[in-house]
Amino acid sequence: MAEFFAMGTHGAYIWGSYGVTALFMVGETILVLRHKRTLLQRLGRMVRLNAEEQR
Amino acid sequence: MLAALWCIVQRDLTLAMRHRSDVLTTVFFFVIVVSLFPLGVGPDTELLRSMAAGVVWVAALLASMLSLTRLFADDYVDGTLEQLLLVPQPLALMVLGKIVAHWLISGLPLVLMSPLLGLQFGLSGDALWMLMVTLLLGTPVLSLIGAIGAALTLGLRGGGVLVSLLVLPLYIPVLIFGAGAVEASVVGMGADGHLSLMGAILVLALLLAPWASAAALRISVE
Amino acid sequence: MAINWFKYSSPATFYPLAGRISPWFAGAAAILLVVGLYMSFFVAPTDYKQGEGYRIIFIHVPAAWMSMVIYLVMAGWAAAGMIWRTRLSSMMATALAPTGAMFTFLALWTGALWGKPMWGTWWVWDARLTSELILLFLYIGFMALESAIDDPRRAARASGLLALVGVVNIPIIYYSVQWWNTLHQGSSIKFDGGGVQSSMTDIMLWTLLIMALACWLYTIAVVLTRVRSIILERESGSVWVKEMLQEKK
Repeated sequence: MAEFFAMGTHGAYIWGSYGVTALFMVGETILVLRHKRTLLQRLGRMVRLNAEEQR
Repeated sequence: MLAALWCIVQRDLTLAMRHRSDVLTTVFFFVIVVSLFPLGVGPDTELLRSMAAGVVWVAALLASMLSLTRLFADDYVDGTLEQLLLVPQPLALMVLGKIVAHWLISGLPLVLMSPLLGLQFGLSGDALWMLMVTLLLGTPVLSLIGAIGAALTLGLRGGGVLVSLLVLPLYIPVLIFGAGAVEASVVGMGADGHLSLMGAILVLALLLAPWASAAALRISVE
Repeated sequence: MAINWFKYSSPATFYPLAGRISPWFAGAAAILLVVGLYMSFFVAPTDYKQGEGYRIIFIHVPAAWMSMVIYLVMAGWAAAGMIWRTRLSSMMATALAPTGAMFTFLALWTGALWGKPMWGTWWVWDARLTSELILLFLYIGFMALESAIDDPRRAARASGLLALVGVVNIPIIYYSVQWWNTLHQGSSIKFDGGGVQSSMTDIMLWTLLIMALACWLYTIAVVLTRVRSIILERESGSVWVKEMLQEKK
């Protein structure tokens, strides 16, 4: 196991590359999804407010 | 059509002459930036000579960018630009007129100042001549490409910083060939290849940039 | 027979379509990523020259490909937006830019981490590295212009024009950088995949292709989700958005 993570002598470089890539891709996914959710909530609230005003 | 072009050039030159300090600011900025480099890296003549071309060229890029924001901004504020959009002559031609005027005001003085700055860096006669020629070919391209950036950022908050972000990456080929030609002549190689490539870039920019800036102006003013 | 593609160029019809198909792309991307990662670490053999360090290639090369392809696709959407004046096209261009910039950064980052053990330096002013850096600047300029303009219509058209200007410039920039690089031969290190290219076995090539495909699918999934948010934001005043939100509740 330890041997696998050491990757010869290049462990730090390999895990640095893969780690940052994973971080960015996961981070982007989370940001995009969260943005969508908050946007839907905000717009939904606005629609409801408008509906109440009209009543 | 040429009369209209000439009219625009004349008008912009007259306006610039009324605000002479603006023109001088650009030139002094250029001189100061170039003069700072020896103070930063030390007075070693060999080192200075080898980096002269790059330093003068980078300073020229920055200086020509300084004045870009003014290219359309004043006309935009006082409403002249909207009139310009309505004239029967093609807008690209009007834009070309403004670009030519901009170059005469902010590009040509740099070309004329450059031999003096080259002397500070210990360039030889040939290299000085080459520096002038490349700047003469290159600074119009800077004005042409810069006009696109200026038109796109017209009337935006922080337009000055934004324009540098948009335009500087596009300046890179001019910088490479301009500085490369001078460097080649410093080490005694021919610079014909560089010069003809710069000429090609100039022609391409002349064909495309006025048209693109005109499109950008329509987007921004609409 | 002809499908009316313009039907889907309307945000109102594209929004639900994108919502339906994006989970499929996301799922396929996840599966391929798992397969690709497994192959890059357990199946692909150790390179005889570079040892284990070459395994960075499996994310570096796909990231570099994506960074370039996304810019071209982005400029393509921008051009389509200019020609047909379709709102959706410019939204697609806007949605692509952040992912493109991310892949450009990742290509630079993984390149630096690959370069250190292989060439002994984090960064060389090699033609490819320099072009990639300039590409990152172009992406940043695009996004900066996009976000600096308050009016979304003007923002879309202005940034679209900038993308087109950039795409005209890219070959010029690329060749000038390459030429500049050969002039400064002494300081640069020539590399052609660092010996991997020539000795690339079939299994390495397949791993690389699977990882690249995974990045493609990932990009499509993320961009579709992002474009849905952009559609909602820009069309928030329209009737169909209001109706949809009311149904949701």
